[in-house]
Amino acid sequence: MLIKLTGGAVYDPASGIDGAKQDIYIQDGRIVNKPADDVQVDKEYNLKGKVVMSGAIDMHTHIGGGKGNIARTLLPEDHRADPVARTDITRSGCGHAMPSTFVTGYRYAEMGYTAGFEPAVLPVNARQAHMEMADIPILDKGGYVMLGSDDYLLRMLTAKKDQKAINDYVAWTMQAAKAIGVKVVNPGGISAFKFNQRKLDLDEQNSHYGVTPREILRVLATAVKELGVTHPLHVHGCNLGVPGNMNTTLDTIQGIGGLPMHLTHIQFHSYGTEGDFKFSSGAAQIAEAVNKNKNITIDVGQILFGQTVTASGDNMRQHANHKHASPNKWVTMDIECDAGCGVVPFKYKDKNFVNALQWAIGLETFLLVDDPWRIFLTTDHPNGAPFTSYPHLIRLLMDRSFRNDMLATIHPEAQKMTTLASITREYSLQEIAIMTRAGAAKLIGLQDRGGLSAGNWADITVYTDNADRQLMFEKPDYVFKDGELVVVDGKVIHTKWGTTHVVKPDFDSSVEKDLQKYFDRFLTMKLGNFKISDDEMTEDGRGSLTVHPLKGDVT
Amino acid sequence: MAEITEVPSPFCGIGTDDLTIQVDGVSLKVVENGCAVNSPAFEQAITDTCPRVDGKDVSLDVAVAKAAALLKNTNQPVIGGCATDVNGMRALLALADRSGAVVDNMNFTGARNNFLALQDSGWMNTTLAEVKNRCDLLLVVGIDLEGFSPRFFERYLWNEESMFLDDTGKREVIYLGKAPSGNASTSPDGQTALVFECVNEDLPDVVAVLRALVKGNPIRVDSVGGIAVGRTGSVPVATLLTSRDGGNAEDCREQSRPPSMAVADLQCIADKLKAASYSVVTWAAGALAYSQAELTVQTISEMVKDINDQNTRSSGLPLGGKEGDQTANQVCGWTTGYPARTRFSSGYPEYDPYLNDTNFLLGNGEADALVWVQAFNVNAVPPVTGLPTIVVGRSGMMFAKEPDVFIPVGTPGIDHAGHAYRMDNVVAIRLKKLRESGLPSTSDVLNAIEQAL
Repeated sequence: MLIKLTGGAVYDPASGIDGAKQDIYIQDGRIVNKPADDVQVDKEYNLKGKVVMSGAIDMHTHIGGGKGNIARTLLPEDHRADPVARTDITRSGCGHAMPSTFVTGYRYAEMGYTAGFEPAVLPVNARQAHMEMADIPILDKGGYVMLGSDDYLLRMLTAKKDQKAINDYVAWTMQAAKAIGVKVVNPGGISAFKFNQRKLDLDEQNSHYGVTPREILRVLATAVKELGVTHPLHVHGCNLGVPGNMNTTLDTIQGIGGLPMHLTHIQFHSYGTEGDFKFSSGAAQIAEAVNKNKNITIDVGQILFGQTVTASGDNMRQHANHKHASPNKWVTMDIECDAGCGVVPFKYKDKNFVNALQWAIGLETFLLVDDPWRIFLTTDHPNGAPFTSYPHLIRLLMDRSFRNDMLATIHPEAQKMTTLASITREYSLQEIAIMTRAGAAKLIGLQDRGGLSAGNWADITVYTDNADRQLMFEKPDYVFKDGELVVVDGKVIHTKWGTTHVVKPDFDSSVEKDLQKYFDRFLTMKLGNFKISDDEMTEDGRGSLTVHPLKGDVT
Repeated sequence: MAEITEVPSPFCGIGTDDLTIQVDGVSLKVVENGCAVNSPAFEQAITDTCPRVDGKDVSLDVAVAKAAALLKNTNQPVIGGCATDVNGMRALLALADRSGAVVDNMNFTGARNNFLALQDSGWMNTTLAEVKNRCDLLLVVGIDLEGFSPRFFERYLWNEESMFLDDTGKREVIYLGKAPSGNASTSPDGQTALVFECVNEDLPDVVAVLRALVKGNPIRVDSVGGIAVGRTGSVPVATLLTSRDGGNAEDCREQSRPPSMAVADLQCIADKLKAASYSVVTWAAGALAYSQAELTVQTISEMVKDINDQNTRSSGLPLGGKEGDQTANQVCGWTTGYPARTRFSSGYPEYDPYLNDTNFLLGNGEADALVWVQAFNVNAVPPVTGLPTIVVGRSGMMFAKEPDVFIPVGTPGIDHAGHAYRMDNVVAIRLKKLRESGLPSTSDVLNAIEQAL
């Protein structure tokens, strides 16, 4: 079937097209060149006055894995306020802070998103992450596998194993866990918490291993680069949420020595200690460092006011933050000599000084970082806010008067501590398209996604241009996934299953000799039972794997 | 005849995956690393291979059509059992969503003790590899652990080496409530567990006093549930504090007992918990079979949090994971947001840990059909009811009353591959297919019924 999208204003940063009126043709799931004049168009959509972008990609969203399911189980009262009934074509479930898997897929698609990436896949919990994501309809998905507090890596570092050995282990883990990236969370800190350390600075040693976060970041960032993995090491740094942690973040940027590094939910790592409350914005200094260091990319982890739940691998910091739990219940876990997790419900309040300033810090960061190809729109769903708040966030970025109206309602002391009112920048549609589409696809290394030129998969979102950007981005006119129309007027009309994006970096198979011994001596499962097979991802007849090239591959 | 190694078990809950199983046609024999739980479960013979309707052999298609016909005009079907693998639960939830059924895992009444505590205040828990490598003190509350899990000690406590303990044999084991039924908890060099027995009904008091001692709160009784409290009365008053009942009482926080003092009282357990580097407190929600046992789970979990506020580490370890109970709750959790006692009769999921109980619904006449799904255990038969009954069960199941429809299915991890969660909820084990029995999987059957509706 040949589909023609006629006359829309196309925002396709991947091809440098910024609002030009263009027709787009779709055939067999992909975007194709204009066919010969005598080829019949089967279905035409008149998009005059509409805005056309590729499907949006959320490069950091907690949509699969054990901590998310703990968060769900913890909060029945949150689900009860947002029940989702089944229809002839969609499954029932629940929404709000941590939606059920099916509802996650529907609601992302209904906002024009066609892919989401789970950033904290514990190797030992990777099966669960993929099984949950396999039950998210419509979206493509993928995961970044978490390393850095796993005892195997820490033992290697203590034993001064060389970089090649580390690279083999990282590549092996990526393949075993079916990942497209590597993440590190509070490097070494999750392990340190198990040894009763309650904080771990960048140059502080893990009490058992004598290894510092700085060393862990260096070897992992080097491994990711040398393996040719496109997505840079994805870093949730030390001291999340601690006043003064902007210095840790600045040190982290300097300490990586020019290696590619992605700093995630940087808002939570951009705090100073000035002012009466000893809590201030470090956004300007952080943004300056990001602007200067081209090897650095960031996503923001914007907070928005209201009830949510925080779910993180960082059990050390989550344990420290449990006193802020609202409602007052929380979970932490130590996990399998591999990692950990902490789940703490939060209610961010605009009249709370700290929360109000966190809100402003996130927005300052968005507006002070110059290059939209190196900053990404996230709330660290659900940690800063549920993903369903993205249209509101986009309006805050695109509409200065709206932003200033909101600013006027937050805690007055927080208003005094932010430069937000003086920042005039408003994001353009093209910049939004970069952050949420072309830039994200480039950052993750997705081939044939995130663009609208011929050859790309036809993941396409069509909006009605509206000065109220929240209304515009809440309710796309059409969403196509792999060329199939899945959403009309902001409602799912058809469902399908997306693919799982992975990379398969090479490793020396002898890496399994030591791993086998380690598994037999210390772990609780056999090495052979640990590795996720391709079959497991596809045997239900719905899932598929898409393997993306490594840097240096000939495509 | 073939021999398959590194076979994972969905039966024992602790994720043993080192079994060697001999396969001769469709008969299995566990030849290495079996146990009293796993060996009979793997070796259970296939008897039925043919579905039945009203006791007569029929084809699978006929049985599926009959099941769909029975479900078609119901107002409130109940899907009980819910003992299967991840794909089985996926199909079960799809069928429930379609038919407006109640979904209720057969072990939920026990598991409820954990869910209510979790949903009220949360917990700090750990997993089996952390136990294996870190645990220096194991406190077992209200359960005969080796009866529950015969290989727990061998695999996770008396392992030859660990990463963080110089000598795993030096770990301490304390039983509170139930005494061990055998010697599995005795260390390789002969150190026996400390045992403090009490009846189940006294556990709430005993655990509450233990938590109070951990916190350094004053206790004014000499014994609780027949167990000595310790230190009471015989120690000097340190400071005066306002106690819970508003009176004045001793505060013993300033005092320390010499660690070598092996006194058989609750104070001794409290001292050991605070002195340990990584204590682990384990319980089985289903074994706490008394009213409002969720408060006992909550007290245990809050005590673990308290220990973590006293400059050391401690973790909880809830036992479970047998016959798909964690699997049911996990899959129901991501599909609906709620654990596996959830109804779909309003068109969307509604969780109620009491009212959605299969037995309750059958007993008070709210249900009008029963679907029983049990792919693991031939002895876990459905409750007897006069309602139309469809059983999707493990081959070999015997019924007091023949169900309207019986469809024998394969067992995950024997007849087909699949996934099951072990007790610590983080690890989904990859189950293997061991033989070619021709039996359909739970998901094959339930998907077919859903399609036929």
